[in-house]
Amino acid sequence: MTQTTDKLSKDQLLSLYRTMAVIRRTEEQLARAHQAGLIHGACHTYVGEEAVATGVCANLRTDDAVFSTHRGHGHALAKGVSPAALMAELFGRATGVSRGRGGSMHLFAPEVGMMGTSGIVGPCILQAAGAGYSFKLLNTDRVGVAFFGDGASNNGAFHEGLNMASIWKLPVLFICENNLYATEISINQSAGNPNVAERAVAYNIPGVQVDGNDVLKVYEAAREATLRARSGAGPTLIECRTYRTRAHAEGMRDAGYRSAEEVDAWKARDPLKLLAAQLPAADVAAIEAEVKAQVDAAYDFARNSPYPDPATATTHVFAD
Amino acid sequence: MRELTYTAAAREALAEQMAIDPTIFVVGEGIGPRGGNFMTTAGLYDLYGPMRLRDTPIAERGFIGLCTGAAMTGSRPVVDFMFLDFILDGMGELINQVAKIQYMSDGRLKMPIVLRGSIGVGGSAATHHSGNYYSIFAHIPGFKVVLPSTPYDAKGLFKTALRGNDPVMFLEHKLLLNTKGPVPEEDYEIPFGQARIARAGGKGCRATVVALASMVRKTLEACDQLAKDGIDIEVIDPRTVAPLDTDTILESLHKTGRLLIVDETFAPCGIGAEIAAQAVDRALDDLDAPVKRLNGAFAPTPYSPPLEAAMIPNATTIEAAIRDLLAE
Repeated sequence: MTQTTDKLSKDQLLSLYRTMAVIRRTEEQLARAHQAGLIHGACHTYVGEEAVATGVCANLRTDDAVFSTHRGHGHALAKGVSPAALMAELFGRATGVSRGRGGSMHLFAPEVGMMGTSGIVGPCILQAAGAGYSFKLLNTDRVGVAFFGDGASNNGAFHEGLNMASIWKLPVLFICENNLYATEISINQSAGNPNVAERAVAYNIPGVQVDGNDVLKVYEAAREATLRARSGAGPTLIECRTYRTRAHAEGMRDAGYRSAEEVDAWKARDPLKLLAAQLPAADVAAIEAEVKAQVDAAYDFARNSPYPDPATATTHVFAD
Repeated sequence: MRELTYTAAAREALAEQMAIDPTIFVVGEGIGPRGGNFMTTAGLYDLYGPMRLRDTPIAERGFIGLCTGAAMTGSRPVVDFMFLDFILDGMGELINQVAKIQYMSDGRLKMPIVLRGSIGVGGSAATHHSGNYYSIFAHIPGFKVVLPSTPYDAKGLFKTALRGNDPVMFLEHKLLLNTKGPVPEEDYEIPFGQARIARAGGKGCRATVVALASMVRKTLEACDQLAKDGIDIEVIDPRTVAPLDTDTILESLHKTGRLLIVDETFAPCGIGAEIAAQAVDRALDDLDAPVKRLNGAFAPTPYSPPLEAAMIPNATTIEAAIRDLLAE
């Protein structure tokens, strides 16, 4: 279908599909768990946007650093967090990725380079630039990656982060997941120029807009940006046009700000279906069966995990 | 022993630690070739170059956030705000990110970041260059808040800050920057949470005065005056307000029976209120009089010298406050 397809082996394509399937099936299980009352707080799913985290993280090493948002389950899973540790976190268990301290919006797994998701919009952009600064100072070829939404692109952190990354040529990928709505406010209402990638010109860095539902397009753009960053040439802004097909958060009403036709049109461009169309059906079915078993096991693990010991509620405020 | 200014003592600590720890870098406006508005980094750019002495755009929120990410990934940033008032543009990054990430990551991430800047009323700096703010940070779990009042303490406390793994606010009162005092050439650290007895009272000592930052010197001046009348006072400089060494304060109170807290900044919800509450809670039987506070006025800081002087305690008002306490 695309030139990129020819460059990737069948195993690589299947691997991309597997990652997207892990995200999708985990999110669907989390949505059911939310309805069942197993999730104590918020739950922002990544359904519909799987190609972005998958295409970007397929280019990263474990020691590259990802900084993410309130909608960060997909980034965590794509960077190497297990569905079991993610689910256990949302269920408030001691085995959760943040040991039950964070829930949906505070996922930390530094051992796989998942440096945190955040309940505040914007800081991840600056922190990824800071990781880039560290990696340059320490003479490594590691990269920092910020995932953020179109909402964050209108926040001052975007300007300050991209400007500093540009002037100091920091090894950073700025991945804007433009899903067209900041909660329920359209980008057309909140941005003087809704084409986020065009803003790269203002910082004298490359800016590209890609179809964020086509994992191969995302993969290719991120591959170039990663190579560029590792080579010392500096940061890249990638705007991935995508869509959140579920509500902003589970349990929220999802009406009045977008039309059913718009949602249906994006569902027809489901990133898993787009890739599956290029793969043997039997391989896809085999991956789906494997992922279902993994997610079922994760759910059982999470549900049966212990809650944290209340005696640990105030540990680790300080290191020293 | 040789004498150094407060600023030179802190700079020596930074220079010595940068020489042995290549992960330290400093960011700020004019801290590169210019050497810092207050000479905090003078001479260091020539030794360590732009990656480690990084002049920044005027983007306080931005470079606090950048240094947050750097601290999470193996570096030790020092953020030099020049005037601490400029930190306020980055309060969200500080309170929601810097202070919380170690806890939220269950201790798997460290946050070794030092945030330094000049504080305090003086020199007609006016309201955007005169803030103190340490009570705000002391209220937040996750920050260590350091207020050196002598060159000796500036060097030792800065060394501790640069070697620890927690966020440290290192706050330098602008009226102290050019004061001189003895500073050893050798390496030393001063632990956080350990108050200094700035003036030891004798057997007949009748009051304990806790003084912060530049108020330590002014309180010692007041005590010199009182000594002429045979009045003996013990003065305690907490040196860090988070953690706060209340044990040393209460030990002194046990001896003297009276307690006054002299703090240039606002009284409501301040360090003095915290000390008073702990004294009442833990040492009620030791109190021969109500705990008293002497604070700066609860208003922004004006420019004109007579207005500015009216805002904060001085040796005369401190002396009067101590006499009032003794009369209780």
